[in-house]
Amino acid sequence: MFSLETITNSIQQWLYSTFNPTMALILECAIVMLLVIGLFAVLGLVLVLMERKVAARMQIRLGPNRVGPRGMLQTAADTLKLMMKEGLTPDGADKFLFNLAPFIVMIAAMLIMAPIAFAKGFQIWDINIGVLYVSAVSSVSVIGILMAGWASNNKYSLLGAMRSGAQIVSYELSAGLSIISIVVLAGSLQVSDIIASQQTGWWLFRGHIPALIAFVIFIIAVTAETNRAPFDLAEAESELTAGFHTEYSGMRFALFFLAEYINIFIVCAIGATLFLGGWMPLHIGNWDDFNRIMDYIPSSLWFLGKTFCLIFLIMWFRWTFPRLRVDQLLSLEWKYLLPISMFNLLLITLIAIMGWHF
Amino acid sequence: MDISQVLFYALSAMALGSAIMVVISRNPVHSVLWLIITFFAISGHYILMNAQFLGIVNLIVYAGAIMVLFLFVIMLMNLNAETEPQKNKWLKLAGVVAGGCLLLVLVAALKQAEVKGKVAMLETGDIGLIRNLGKALFTDFVVPFEISSILFLSAMVGAVVIGKK
Amino acid sequence: MLLYAGLVVFLLAAILLLSYLLGQHHHDRATNKPYEGGIEQTGSARLRFSAQFYLVAMLFVIFDVEAVFIILWALGFYELGWPGYIGVAIFIAQLVVVLIYEWGIGALDIGLNVKKIMKKYKQLTS
Repeated sequence: MFSLETITNSIQQWLYSTFNPTMALILECAIVMLLVIGLFAVLGLVLVLMERKVAARMQIRLGPNRVGPRGMLQTAADTLKLMMKEGLTPDGADKFLFNLAPFIVMIAAMLIMAPIAFAKGFQIWDINIGVLYVSAVSSVSVIGILMAGWASNNKYSLLGAMRSGAQIVSYELSAGLSIISIVVLAGSLQVSDIIASQQTGWWLFRGHIPALIAFVIFIIAVTAETNRAPFDLAEAESELTAGFHTEYSGMRFALFFLAEYINIFIVCAIGATLFLGGWMPLHIGNWDDFNRIMDYIPSSLWFLGKTFCLIFLIMWFRWTFPRLRVDQLLSLEWKYLLPISMFNLLLITLIAIMGWHF
Repeated sequence: MDISQVLFYALSAMALGSAIMVVISRNPVHSVLWLIITFFAISGHYILMNAQFLGIVNLIVYAGAIMVLFLFVIMLMNLNAETEPQKNKWLKLAGVVAGGCLLLVLVAALKQAEVKGKVAMLETGDIGLIRNLGKALFTDFVVPFEISSILFLSAMVGAVVIGKK
Repeated sequence: MLLYAGLVVFLLAAILLLSYLLGQHHHDRATNKPYEGGIEQTGSARLRFSAQFYLVAMLFVIFDVEAVFIILWALGFYELGWPGYIGVAIFIAQLVVVLIYEWGIGALDIGLNVKKIMKKYKQLTS
């Protein structure tokens, strides 16, 4: 049966048998890095294309269909075009910070990737405080955005950055509390433990209604955290041109753009890991035949399938809901989502203590 | 010199260097960014001492939350390098004296302090450490913990009073 | 991890350098002007902001610290049992009560106060 774990194990064995341990470790690191960077490039291309295709379908259009078969090479062509563009720096900008900001946003996005389990036994860094690590690193990207907005010497940029800063920090709380509620059920912060605890069923189903509420709050909060519509006030085209990256052009703009899509992938992957069992196949109670058929599907496909379902959901939101106003956005978080998620956490722990979950 | 010592010296140099940059950079926004680097270095120290939880909490609370607050406040008050008031010479002297006194006290305190002989270790920390921390907080220190929530309460009310004028 | 971060930085720098080399360079009168809807920039871009952003950031700091306490409890809540549960319930309830109080006095009404503006408007027009 096709499985990533056997492939990685055989590569590891081959490396350790042909080289001495230090050399093998270094080579392993190099392979992992190349894989991650390749993954980034592919993800960026696929997600941008997916966004445009989904948008086109929702509006009964065709979307990109000229470059390559069914327009599949459109984003690659766009990347090349952006590479050839001139990178402008506005007068009066803080040059150092202006150039540093895309780096910070991008590095933060890449570092969050480390504890995500892509398949069974296929994880870069299984740190023991995995979920906390994710929220710590993601809070750094706010600083990159604020830097970009402030350094640009542009009113749109600064307004966009302030809005997006306020929005991200507010919704981080709700997202964090709904992550904690799964930590309570799983009893661990480590990503591999959380997935292993969903062997018999996904937390979304096993945790009754409170888990469902936590999931809904999580999805709303991460949609806001990644600055996606209907919460895309930070780059509301009709009022702020492009928000915090108005002054960025060429490849530096492309880095912001790529980081945005990578962030969408990451939050959806975390949602899939916490609520939908990561790479665990769908098992239903005692239906042994059904469970066996489900086991034949490789774990990497399960993970990617779940993640892309969530990504599609978030893209669907964009074309369904109108944009909120900034005061509506903040009062939604502080007046409704935050108190609800706090009480929900108490409910979930009650369920966990009483052992009411399946 | 093993790897943890190399890391220790690198992180210390980073922390001290960026802390000095916080003080000497003229632009307040730059100061805040140097301070963030300082916090990262300190988090690195925590992780080196096998306290991953403290390191990550340091990142979440200080580098993530409090620095965003600082940036917001600096942008609110519109502080720039140009608008920074020229300080009085006597004020500078007073600052030097006060800082020197603090340094003296710190050095004296450090000389008194016993070195417990725990060298930085680079093992994979156990999650049990965090569990024990939680247990201690909720059994032995439950009253201070509840009182700290009163502190939060007053901080929230204070923030509203300032924010709403 | 450090290696990984280093490689990421290197790669990004390489991409930017490549784009710098490939991209065109020109310096016209308005090339580097900050964009403001295509017209000349008026005033400084270093705006002053509403103090309500400060309120949001402050509340965030408070609730973030609170979330850290809750994580500590969430990891050991089986051993802590009911006393721990009651402790955290009191802790959370206090904060929720303050949140509701602030909602009540209108501190969470971010943005323009429409009622106040309408009142003023009616005073002026009558």
